[in-house]
Amino acid sequence: MPVFDNIPALLVVLPLIASAIVSLLPSARVAWILTFVVTLLCLFMAFELVDIVSNTSSFSYAFGGWEPPWGIVFVVDGANVYLVLLVAFISVVSTFYAYTILAAEIAVEDLPKAYSVWLLAIASLFGLSMTGDAFNLFVFLEISALSSITLIALGAGQDRRALLAAYNYLIIGAIGATFYVIGVGYLYAATGTLNLTDIVDRLNELGTNQAAITGLAFMLAGIMVKAGVFPVHIWLPAAYSFAPSAVSSLLAAVATKVAIYYFARLLFGIFADITLLVEFFLLYILMPVSIIGIFFGTIAAIYQTDLKRLFALSSIAQIGYITLAFSLNSNSGISAGFIHIINHALIKGSIFMAIGIFAFCIGKRATMTSMQGVGRQMPITFAGFVVAGLALVGMPLTAGFISKLYLFKALFETNNGILVAIIAFSSVLSVLYLWKIFEVMWLKEPTKPLKIEKEPIMAYLPVWMMVAVIVVFGVYSNDIVMSGIGAANALIGAN
Amino acid sequence: MRDNPVFKIVSKILFGPIIIYGLYVQFHGDYGPGGGFQAGVIVAAAFILYAMIFGLEEGRKLMPDWVVRLVMALGVVVYGGTGVASMMLGANYLDYTPFAYKIYKAQHLGIIIVELGVGLTVFAVMLALFNAFAGFKPNK
Repeated sequence: MPVFDNIPALLVVLPLIASAIVSLLPSARVAWILTFVVTLLCLFMAFELVDIVSNTSSFSYAFGGWEPPWGIVFVVDGANVYLVLLVAFISVVSTFYAYTILAAEIAVEDLPKAYSVWLLAIASLFGLSMTGDAFNLFVFLEISALSSITLIALGAGQDRRALLAAYNYLIIGAIGATFYVIGVGYLYAATGTLNLTDIVDRLNELGTNQAAITGLAFMLAGIMVKAGVFPVHIWLPAAYSFAPSAVSSLLAAVATKVAIYYFARLLFGIFADITLLVEFFLLYILMPVSIIGIFFGTIAAIYQTDLKRLFALSSIAQIGYITLAFSLNSNSGISAGFIHIINHALIKGSIFMAIGIFAFCIGKRATMTSMQGVGRQMPITFAGFVVAGLALVGMPLTAGFISKLYLFKALFETNNGILVAIIAFSSVLSVLYLWKIFEVMWLKEPTKPLKIEKEPIMAYLPVWMMVAVIVVFGVYSNDIVMSGIGAANALIGAN
Repeated sequence: MRDNPVFKIVSKILFGPIIIYGLYVQFHGDYGPGGGFQAGVIVAAAFILYAMIFGLEEGRKLMPDWVVRLVMALGVVVYGGTGVASMMLGANYLDYTPFAYKIYKAQHLGIIIVELGVGLTVFAVMLALFNAFAGFKPNK
């Protein structure tokens, strides 16, 4: 079947062409329907891709028939196939959610254009997770940054600070992208190729090469900005908190995750042979930075009163857990990191969606004061929110528990008791901010009647779809664990 | 200064040749330096010159906003559609080989269509950027 042979290309091309068509549509509803259908098709193709990769272990697609290393290839293997599925799933669910909530937050005449940019963002996320070409990745990085910035700036209808947040992201993101492309330049000078698999071979021949090492340093720094890793995260809290809720849920769930995946691929897949440098980076830079990031994010979240900003800060802590798992440089560590990439995407996506519904029903920003007793007034959404919150802490029977379990398993392998204690303590800290929210929303009496009494079913249904997946992964954890182990095996081999 | 007849007459004389030069760069792009990106900018420059001399409103009459948006999307569809056409004919995305009997003719045809798509979108984006910035009014 020609369709199945072309799935990697179609995953990018379909949303891209649809994005051009959607921008012309006069009706917001028709634009939404087309967007939703396209994301659904992408989800089906992603499932098919999982099927293909589970049989053949790796699927390489050469654009224009130009074979690698000359042409651009998309490579799908154990490390990114579940990421593609994750992006597809989150885009379906958040597009579904956008029907009510995005429509309420931005002007009706802007909606078709917003869906056009939305599809562009989805196309770029698929491209980022599949491309096997270092420069092509930069192109997708730019598409993703520009479309995210536009989507974040759309929050200006609700709060003018969205413009500043988008501008900050533009500047900081551009610096990150510049660092990345400088790194690619150095690497190209040293190896003469841009194809990621070819780079590995060339680096092997070169041995220790100063230009390649400089390139690695620049590339890692650039990608860390995009991934929102602790010291270079400063664009992230404002961007996620002032973007429209549907946008926050899409971006918080997957936009940083694809950057983290590529970060792992650089470290363990491409530059693994420069062992000394990679080990130094992991142990003396990434690990301390991750631990500080975990505490910074958690403690800042405890003192935060704006709900979206609170969870954006908690995202920094959660990204810290993922990079900490990577910094252990072991098969179990990398699997734990990949498991948490998927789980955290589901958890944070559903939390941002639930907060969007709260804000929609009370008619203003969700803060600790405006949210008093809202949980009692909106039990369906609140229940989903609580389950997702518990998963964030790592409650058994939720996906978050599986993440924490495998993270601790990897930590115990290092025989470093202090590290285990620090991480256990940080998990306990995250209970604090969730309890604070629970107290305000459930234990206090409602002060005002809701602006919109009835919880919109089109909005809480996607939240519950995500929550259902979180619980299913918590109970039947086999698939998600296998996906993480598969990713680790694809990157560093089984040992 | 805008009422100076020299500007008006020179821009009217130049309008056509600029577009023809743009088309030359567009369709000669596969042999010499050039291609869709440069051609799009050159053609857009003709319209921008016109709008600068005769005013933004006149420029918008010549090339209305809805046409600009249509052309912008059309270019992407032409580019993407070429790739989809290769897939339909059984090759990989943007592989032009099945477009014609001889391989070099197929490559030639493919690259011309793709560059046309690039040219259309770049032209429209340039014009849209100019219109957006020139027509910017700070609110209150």
